[in-house]
Amino acid sequence: MNNSKITIYTPDSSLKNLGSLPHKLLHDLLAGRELAWQLTIRDIRSQYRQTIFGLLWAFILPLANTASWLFIQASGLVTIQATTLSYPIYLFSGTILWAIFMDAVNAPLQKTNAAKGMLSKINFPREALILSGIYQTLFNAGIKTIILLAALLILGVSPSWQIIFLPLVILSLILAGTALGLLVTPVGILYTDIGKALPLLMQFFMYITPVVFPMPKTGWAATLFMINPLSPIILTARDLMTGITPQYISAFIFINIAILTLLCLMWVIFRAAMPILIERMSA
Amino acid sequence: MSDTLIKVKNVSKKFCRNHKKSLWYGLQDLCLEITGHSSGEIKNLRPDEFWAVRHVNFELKRGQCLGLIGRNGAGKTTLLRMLNGLIKPDTGYIEMRGKIGALIALGAGFNPILTGRENIYVNGTVLGLSKSELDDKIEEIIDFAELAEFIDMPVQSYSSGMAVRLGFSIASTLNPDILILDEVLAVGDAAFRNKCWYRIGKLLQNAAVILVSHESYAISRICDQSILLEQGEIKKHGPSGEVLSLYASTLPSTFHTKECSTHESVNYVKLQTINSKLCSGDTLIFDFEIEMKKTMPADHAVINIMDSSDDIHAQCLVVFPNNSIAIGLNKYRISIGPLFLSKGNFSLVTLISTHGGKQPLVHSRHEIRFTFEGHVNYGPKYYPPGYVETLPIGDQQII
Repeated sequence: MNNSKITIYTPDSSLKNLGSLPHKLLHDLLAGRELAWQLTIRDIRSQYRQTIFGLLWAFILPLANTASWLFIQASGLVTIQATTLSYPIYLFSGTILWAIFMDAVNAPLQKTNAAKGMLSKINFPREALILSGIYQTLFNAGIKTIILLAALLILGVSPSWQIIFLPLVILSLILAGTALGLLVTPVGILYTDIGKALPLLMQFFMYITPVVFPMPKTGWAATLFMINPLSPIILTARDLMTGITPQYISAFIFINIAILTLLCLMWVIFRAAMPILIERMSA
Repeated sequence: MSDTLIKVKNVSKKFCRNHKKSLWYGLQDLCLEITGHSSGEIKNLRPDEFWAVRHVNFELKRGQCLGLIGRNGAGKTTLLRMLNGLIKPDTGYIEMRGKIGALIALGAGFNPILTGRENIYVNGTVLGLSKSELDDKIEEIIDFAELAEFIDMPVQSYSSGMAVRLGFSIASTLNPDILILDEVLAVGDAAFRNKCWYRIGKLLQNAAVILVSHESYAISRICDQSILLEQGEIKKHGPSGEVLSLYASTLPSTFHTKECSTHESVNYVKLQTINSKLCSGDTLIFDFEIEMKKTMPADHAVINIMDSSDDIHAQCLVVFPNNSIAIGLNKYRISIGPLFLSKGNFSLVTLISTHGGKQPLVHSRHEIRFTFEGHVNYGPKYYPPGYVETLPIGDQQII
């Protein structure tokens, strides 16, 4: 009986004692795995139980986005540089990848807000929320990717054997989104301004990422596209799907190391922030 | 098995009255936390802040049960949330040994679209049960909640009582070392409440328990010691009986002012207490004098015994002789009992109605008051017998 787990709560910052942190992180992550899984099943089931179109919604939005950009391009309202791929394919693959990224960005804030009632009353491993966000985004991304690949095949684009690396690239896209989402979550829980400003910022972000526009060759826009950490991921994913040998491998690897570092950092901050946020969450 | 499971030393917590400022302080605390400082380093209160919990100390061993009482906003829930690790204390130290179970938010995290069965898995996992444990216990959970026919229906089609029953059934499946109960004993109908009591009784034996309740019968029934919190500070820590009586005496005797409204056929009404200090098993007696302008049918009187917070503790139905009250002066002696109430102050709300209960003849509120000294109690509400006897009337009779 005396070897039972001892939990101690003090006012000290949970980041004060960094030595025991990795152990705690790992412990809670393991403890939260099953919960994350249950939450994911719950959310996916309820997500599709009240719809008629069900899974179709996963790609109706990117399709609409594609259609509007095709219209803009065809009408000549905006001149878009020639792409190596045919523009509709470039556009459709870009918007699907962007939709996956946005899902991942929105997940942490959305999941935390949705779980407010639970968070303020039950002590469970908070990691489970993030993890279940990643699981759910992965699931939705899987559907989107399959639909996209099918569409590409119909349009006559066939990928090469390198497609086996695609899941890895999609995962890194989702982790990048999650890291960014976690970055804004603590303040976003306190102030809803963050949630409102995020879509605006992300729209701007999309225009400087090779989603609807191809990479510019010259000028300050070219620099902006080059320093954008998301560019190598989107480009690599698109290259893999359309059978082109990826051109930005080294940048891609470098970005992924940065993403993983940022993700770990954000995770630690999210954990530390939770008790403070819960305190301000409910009256 | 007398190991100390809960140690609370000098624990305090600040709260902010102003919402905008509260968010701003939250942001400040966030920055402190992330930079490895503690919000407790801000020793003084910032503008609009107050101590929600202040200098709280106590220890609790396995098998002991502590009652936490106090008025709304005294800091009970804040203290529990700190014990449960949901929020951090601003000063002090909390040590919890073993598995913590909290019956606080019954059914938190239920998804209305999913079925009861699916929700059992989600809710159970949130509370810390593993999938295999749930597989073993699911039938038991469903049986206990008495929801076998409804378990594959979406939870949104459940009544609120059904959802709470399911929540209780899941949460009480845990076998914790430390059990935190916050106002959860009042779930479901009377039959289900009895089952809950029985199950909680089993959990109590092997755990250190903290119970928050506004119902003194619950505290006096299961807690051997209690803490009275007042504005975040411990006013008294001791045997439950003593703490409860102190609590009862500190309650502002806001027995709502006496009032009496009567039907147009009534000239005047007078109520008079005969005995005002009662013990367990005693009968409450009071006299009731009424002068009528005309004879009226009076089927029965409903008499509610209320405590100072307006909760009904017992209800009694008395029948008038001949089912009517005659013109002129009438005197009755009404007795209710034997009574088994918890310790405290009570008052009566009496409603005599006419025409089959459709019209009030006399509605007297809080004119009769008495104190109860007993310890035995039946529970939140019961129905003692009551009688009316006609008293002889003296010379002042007016015809």
